[in-house]
Amino acid sequence: MRDKFYSLLWLLVVIGCAWQAARAAGVPTFLLPAPQAVLVALVQHRALLAHHLFYTLTEILLALLVGIGSGTLAAIAMASSQRLRRLLFPLITASQAIPIFALAPLLVLWLGYGIASKVAVAALILFFPLCLSLFEGLCRTPPGWLELAQTLSPSRFYRFRHLYWPAALPGFFTGLHMAMILAPIGVVMGEWVGASEGLGYLMMQSNARLETALSFAALTLLLMITLLLSAIVTLLRRKYLWQS
Amino acid sequence: MRNPVVSAPAITVNALSFSWGNQPVCQQLSLSLRGGKTTALLGRSGSGKSTLLRLIAGLLLPAAGDVTSSDGLPLPGRISWMGQQDLLYPWLTARENVMLAARLNGEKADGGRADELLEQVGLGGLAEAKPAALSGGMRQRVALARTLYPQRPVVLMDEPFATLDVLTKLSLQTLTANLLRDKTVLLVTHDPLEACRMADDIGVLTGNPLRYEPFGAPEAAPPREVSDAGVLHQQGRLFSRLSRDER
Repeated sequence: MRDKFYSLLWLLVVIGCAWQAARAAGVPTFLLPAPQAVLVALVQHRALLAHHLFYTLTEILLALLVGIGSGTLAAIAMASSQRLRRLLFPLITASQAIPIFALAPLLVLWLGYGIASKVAVAALILFFPLCLSLFEGLCRTPPGWLELAQTLSPSRFYRFRHLYWPAALPGFFTGLHMAMILAPIGVVMGEWVGASEGLGYLMMQSNARLETALSFAALTLLLMITLLLSAIVTLLRRKYLWQS
Repeated sequence: MRNPVVSAPAITVNALSFSWGNQPVCQQLSLSLRGGKTTALLGRSGSGKSTLLRLIAGLLLPAAGDVTSSDGLPLPGRISWMGQQDLLYPWLTARENVMLAARLNGEKADGGRADELLEQVGLGGLAEAKPAALSGGMRQRVALARTLYPQRPVVLMDEPFATLDVLTKLSLQTLTANLLRDKTVLLVTHDPLEACRMADDIGVLTGNPLRYEPFGAPEAAPPREVSDAGVLHQQGRLFSRLSRDER
């Protein structure tokens, strides 16, 4: 708890110093608003921000659901069958070779301006690190544990449930942590390319109108979402991850 | 301390052949293990003892030959395995590790039996402890209880005490020999004292590819005292025999 307090304090100090430095350098407030102006914008535009926050949060949660679900299934499939590994691995690698920024406009074109295109962009971004981390975790189950399980049980299902899965949890949580951080980035990227709602869309709109305090208020909410998601993983890790 | 094992079968290894790539481990290797007795196989490090144990356990498939039991029933599902390390799963408690066989077969676990076994190995109060909180000797005791839990008639042990200090090793050898009495046990080890204390039959694995050479065991019933004259005599003979291989 004390560590978290110091982390937050450190963050506030960095923001304060950066702002003071910008002030001293003569950066105008319409480019870099004062922290209190951002707070005022947060309160003043709370209804507008809440509306767009709800939209972005829905997209993030759906993207996490799709990305984590498909990443987990793909990792399990590749770890359990060499044939599936040969089939899926080139596809997954190729999907990451294309820059998502280049793919995002196409996804908006195909899936429309609604939620689906943002979910697709974010899910594509978070899929790879999660899938790869879990796959590595599943493949690195110590051979001694495997041999023991093989002598005790013929059931592949129970061996997966009680050995492979718990043994791969450190890898899964690494991937999950990356996914939680990447999901808001993916959603905002999708909203920038084409959207009519969401915090990314609001930032684009307020930037165009030079309402930078509102833009920073939206950015603050995005930061809080990412920190919250990161904290959730830390809690889950503490509760479910074993210590060797 | 005796376990109710119904007729532990004898095991016969018939003309077994196996290679790692172009490197033969054994060719036409045959040996037999008496039912309900402990057989120790000795050999120098890297001789292929552990590979042979894995072939018998069905963890590796031989190029030729097979492993049969005297009752004609298949061996898979009737083997308990104890490896070089304790192999405890770190996310499970000591009790849950003991009941691992039930968990891995989707069966209802018998907590009472697990507690009884932990009591027998001297860890009655540590059922809820995670492996990280246990010493090396304690962990190997849990592994022994886990080996006994499924009540299987055949036990294969791959240098189970190699990583322990001498005093812990000696006390665990005595405990293991007592608890595994009546089972068909194959103990692979490079420690002549361990073989002389625990085994009813002793054999030496030598050469490349492996050859099996029966070697006499001390007369007294195991577990034998370290100071037993038979143990000391056979231990000396075994050292000489193994040293010859080393040269």
